[in-house]
Amino acid sequence: MTNTIIEIKNIGKKYKITHERGRYVTLRDVLTGVMKSPFKFLKTKIKQAAGLEAKEDFWALKDLNLSINKGEVVGIVGRNGAGKSTLLKILSQITPPTTGEIRIQGSVGSLLEVGTGFHPELTGRENIFLNGAILGMRRSEIARKFDEIVAFAEVEKFLDTPVKYYSSGMYVRLAFSVAAHMEPDILIVDEVLAVGDAEFQKKCLGKMRDITEKEGRTILFVSHNINAIQQLCQKSILLEKGKVVMFDTTEKVVDYYLNESKESNAVSEFNINYGKDVQVHRITILNQKDTPSARIPISEDFSINLDLKVNNDVTGVIITLHFFHQGEVVFISSISDQTEKLSDFKKGDYSIKINVPKFLLNVGHYHFDVTVDKVFVERFDIRQYIVFEIQDINNPKTAVYNGQNLGVIAKILDYKVLKNENK
Amino acid sequence: MSKLTIIKPKKVFSLDDLREVWQYKELLYFFTWRDLKVRYKQTSIGIMWAVFQPFVTMVIFSIFFGVLLKVPSNGVPYPIFVYTGLIFWQFFSAALTETSNVLITNQAIVTKVYFPRLILPFSSVMTKFVDFAISAVILVGMMFYYGYMPSLPGILVFPLLLIITFMASVGGGLILAAINVKYRDVRYILPFFIQILLFVTPVIYPASIAEKYSWVLALNPMTGVIQNARAALLGTTPINWLLVFISFTVCAIILAIGIVNFKKSERYFADTI
Repeated sequence: MTNTIIEIKNIGKKYKITHERGRYVTLRDVLTGVMKSPFKFLKTKIKQAAGLEAKEDFWALKDLNLSINKGEVVGIVGRNGAGKSTLLKILSQITPPTTGEIRIQGSVGSLLEVGTGFHPELTGRENIFLNGAILGMRRSEIARKFDEIVAFAEVEKFLDTPVKYYSSGMYVRLAFSVAAHMEPDILIVDEVLAVGDAEFQKKCLGKMRDITEKEGRTILFVSHNINAIQQLCQKSILLEKGKVVMFDTTEKVVDYYLNESKESNAVSEFNINYGKDVQVHRITILNQKDTPSARIPISEDFSINLDLKVNNDVTGVIITLHFFHQGEVVFISSISDQTEKLSDFKKGDYSIKINVPKFLLNVGHYHFDVTVDKVFVERFDIRQYIVFEIQDINNPKTAVYNGQNLGVIAKILDYKVLKNENK
Repeated sequence: MSKLTIIKPKKVFSLDDLREVWQYKELLYFFTWRDLKVRYKQTSIGIMWAVFQPFVTMVIFSIFFGVLLKVPSNGVPYPIFVYTGLIFWQFFSAALTETSNVLITNQAIVTKVYFPRLILPFSSVMTKFVDFAISAVILVGMMFYYGYMPSLPGILVFPLLLIITFMASVGGGLILAAINVKYRDVRYILPFFIQILLFVTPVIYPASIAEKYSWVLALNPMTGVIQNARAALLGTTPINWLLVFISFTVCAIILAIGIVNFKKSERYFADTI
């Protein structure tokens, strides 16, 4: 008997890129379009049907083949747009593939977001049941594990308080706790550890390790946190541009990913989604001369440019950059650090330039995430894993002392040397 | 061993889908429970809201249409005449509106978790059914007050009328929900459309007012429901079994089209929302 639990054959996922400018497609626009120029409409329809019209397609995944064995914990790494999330969405049956077939033996539980379906008006107790049911747990199962869930989340005192009064930490703890008590044969996890405080993240990792070691569960785990992947997964998959580049032991894959395949993109663009109130649709890393580059000499200032699309007027917004080095947070910077208040945006396009001084970060590879939030209420947008490299060029630190340059901060401190004259 | 799931590009409606909905019946219950709980928590008068709305509408309609305009009411007191029509109408229109928006209001869940999407429209109709049941208590009170007793065939036909309303709102709602995902302005057109529909349905007047053209009204399945609800509870006219049958068939077809179409477009929801 074969041990394969997930068999992925020739999976492909195609998205149509629409160059439509404006809001959603509205029925009104389509109807007026037909009224105004019925022949043009007919012509494009016929062309489309005949396949003559060149439509721009984007293959998020192409000819993907994988087989995963029972009890394996597999990490999935890759840059933005490599197709990681699309693959998880197909595996979780949220969106169907365009081509290919997947055979899965056993039940699938997917955790693409913590707290899916949490309702702010409902109490902690009520949300545990609701969220559990949404994640596919039976009521009896939730009832049985209820105490365990509450204890893990450490929210005993607030069980009968609506979750809208919870701190963001409590909210995340409760949400993760419910999810961690699912018992599917296969668990699919997407970047959920990016939330919560460091201590709780550790606890979650521990819980996930327990699940795999004791219960022999199969887990697919996407994370930008390389440390977490190294701790949890024996094997990893590296995706690039919708294809599997490598499927090997985590050690080899991470090594290759961090060193060989480091292609830092200075400009990251994202499809415009009019459903979001605020969206970061382009992130550009600019060097001192304002040309896009993701390789920055340590001795030069550089800047990060965020292009924002605000689809509806919003108030109380905070935009935050989270800088990481090898999966650990280096520092967090918010627009409110400077303004000391939350920002309001009117509908329209904005661009925000953030200057990063020279000699702030040491030589090495870094990445950052951008989040746009209405504080504690709503996450408008999150863009993760924008990679850049600080290069060892014109570096006085290594000019005289050519040894190892440890640490992540390269700030040059002020040294005042005074010679004490002995009388 | 454990169950085998096959994920493939093409997916059309099959009986397995209904079986799946049945497997997820607990989720159906939870969604309904959530919607009721949240709504009654948010409004200060809570559960009274379900009674308040049709009751006040009934009072206003009775004053303007019954007393001032003297709209005929098949010989029964106008308040009870209009209230019978209203609670069915509100069940239908609220369920239709809710169902057609159900994918948009639940988009956070739809894009993150798998479950049979058909659960959502079903649960929104269940929610509205609870409202219906609550407002029906007033109707029972009014029947005592005015001294009406439903006939035996009336009691038998009543569940059938509810099923027809259920099918009409879910079926219509499913069709609209699929369109709504693609064209977001549908939800702004809908309230207007429903308002128009109120006037071509014999809610505030009897179907007999249209005289020889009353068959035109019969094309609207809610006509059959409301007319027969009055017949069943108030004995305004004998129960028109033919009309019940026609309404039932039409609604069953609408429901079938709704489900098949919803299923067909379901796979694009997560990508387009």
